[in-house]
Amino acid sequence: MVERTPFLNFFTHVILFVGFVLCIAPFVVVTIAASHNLKDVNDVPMSLLPGSDFWLNIKTAWTTADLGPKLLNSFIMAAGVAAGKVMISALTAFSIVYFRYPGRTFIFWLIFVTLMLPLEVRIVPTYAVVANVLSPYQTILDLTGLSWLIEKVSGVQVSLSLGLLNSYSGLILPLIATATGTFLYRQFFLTVPDELTEAARMDGAGALRFFIDILLPLSRNNMAALGTIMFLWAWNQYLWPLLITTDQSHATAVTELKQLIPNVGGIPEWNIAMAGTLIVMLPPLIVVVAMQRWFVRGLIATEK
Amino acid sequence: MEKRVTFSSWTIGILFAVPQLLLIFTFFYWPAGQAVYWSLTLQQPWGGGNIWVGLDNFRSILSNADYWNSITASLVFAGISTGLAMFIALVLAALTDRQLAGSRFYRVVLIWPYGIAAPALAMAFRFILAPEAGFMAVVNQVWPGFWDPGLDGADAMASIIIAFSWKYVGYNFIFFLAAFQAIPRSLIEAAAMDGSGVMRRFRDIQFPLITPTIFFLLVINITESFQDSFGIVDIMTSGGPANATNLMVYKIYSDGFKGLDYSGAAAQSIILMLLIIVLTIFQFRFIERRVHYR
Repeated sequence: MVERTPFLNFFTHVILFVGFVLCIAPFVVVTIAASHNLKDVNDVPMSLLPGSDFWLNIKTAWTTADLGPKLLNSFIMAAGVAAGKVMISALTAFSIVYFRYPGRTFIFWLIFVTLMLPLEVRIVPTYAVVANVLSPYQTILDLTGLSWLIEKVSGVQVSLSLGLLNSYSGLILPLIATATGTFLYRQFFLTVPDELTEAARMDGAGALRFFIDILLPLSRNNMAALGTIMFLWAWNQYLWPLLITTDQSHATAVTELKQLIPNVGGIPEWNIAMAGTLIVMLPPLIVVVAMQRWFVRGLIATEK
Repeated sequence: MEKRVTFSSWTIGILFAVPQLLLIFTFFYWPAGQAVYWSLTLQQPWGGGNIWVGLDNFRSILSNADYWNSITASLVFAGISTGLAMFIALVLAALTDRQLAGSRFYRVVLIWPYGIAAPALAMAFRFILAPEAGFMAVVNQVWPGFWDPGLDGADAMASIIIAFSWKYVGYNFIFFLAAFQAIPRSLIEAAAMDGSGVMRRFRDIQFPLITPTIFFLLVINITESFQDSFGIVDIMTSGGPANATNLMVYKIYSDGFKGLDYSGAAAQSIILMLLIIVLTIFQFRFIERRVHYR
């Protein structure tokens, strides 16, 4: 940049190129392996020239793992989580930044703490809650004696029950219950000039009007960034969908990959497995490539 | 930082926060509390509620060799893969930041791996590192029996480390590059005018200025290695061979859902939660004070 360093420049180019090859190699290998027939893919060493069975393998993987409906499920889940996060975090951040009610700091910390514990570490009890999502409220009613009271007064026995296993809400809602997006919005809302709020209030806008007509249109960049990150994150979820979709109809594409692991006996069908892998890794890759600017901005802003 | 101009209505303000509060109560605080309760009780095999056992669940877990084996495996995995992913990403980001011809291209491509789902890349690496087909098979032809993740625990551990590091090089690269680009050019040019070379500038200016990012990524990588490893382990090794890759989250899953030992799994969850909380607090309190800020 500022001086001539021919040797170091050469070294830089070499290292970056090696990094590039290592980064891209798995994609290339997967694509090539997906184009071979059963014999060629098991050759040692495997030929790096593409074979001719690409579409056949894609079709076989598609039907074996039933990827059509599974990709749709993945898409619904990812879009649901992204949309839910974008909306709910905006509401919460608005409440935290623009109002002064007692207990506001407490609510802020209540939400902040959820950043610390990812879903994976509290997976067993969360599963139990999703199996009957009203069980917390039932327990509270029982413990406070309210259900006894209701039974005495009205003669109705209270037993709340709503199972979310094998449902889209069961897939989506627990993934929304963290604070990542809230802080992204909060940072942004804090930079919105106070004069704007004053002007809106002077023109007679209430809180709701200000939120919908002024604040939300201003946060478009934030929404795009947060939406991209959350879509990718939800698409790539594995443990949670694996647990709660005991029934095949709600399984996602990522969990279905397991069906394609070649079994030990016989000649392993790696070409089919790689074709399936390619199908599953393609949608998030397209999102990263198309939304790169939002993706990078969102990542750096949400984590800090 | 606080807003000077706010809205006065309390009710509307609280109403806006209600959806989020309901969600985190139902799917976060209640399950977390439940985990504490389960870890202190034991479910009776014939039903009829849980009985209080105090810290017995923790005692039986901590005296179990399998659990210590799982902790060791997790720490080895976290240590090596974090070191590998961060070092490679740091080198690549520092070199990309020199802005030679083609750096724009690397800036785009080196990010891609982070977009891939852990199980999908695990499948790709399972093939690439398979002992009988793919690429390690070539090595096995030269030295028979050199590589077999299905039989040798160290090979299996190496496989999951490679797969995880590949993904997180892309992640760390994004943050390192952003940190390098935030350093004012004038600072580096001034140092160059004073006669310092590229290495000297890296050591005395760039590296100290990105220490906050390094520590931030250190903590994130370690916590992610506890969670995001599940898909990789499940697809590549299923915790085997002989529990060599039975990482903590995988063990919670297999004890809780395969072994139906809720109390044991809950106690393990609590230990993992504490570990992650300690790491996070460590990041906020201790490390942030000791690093150099602009």
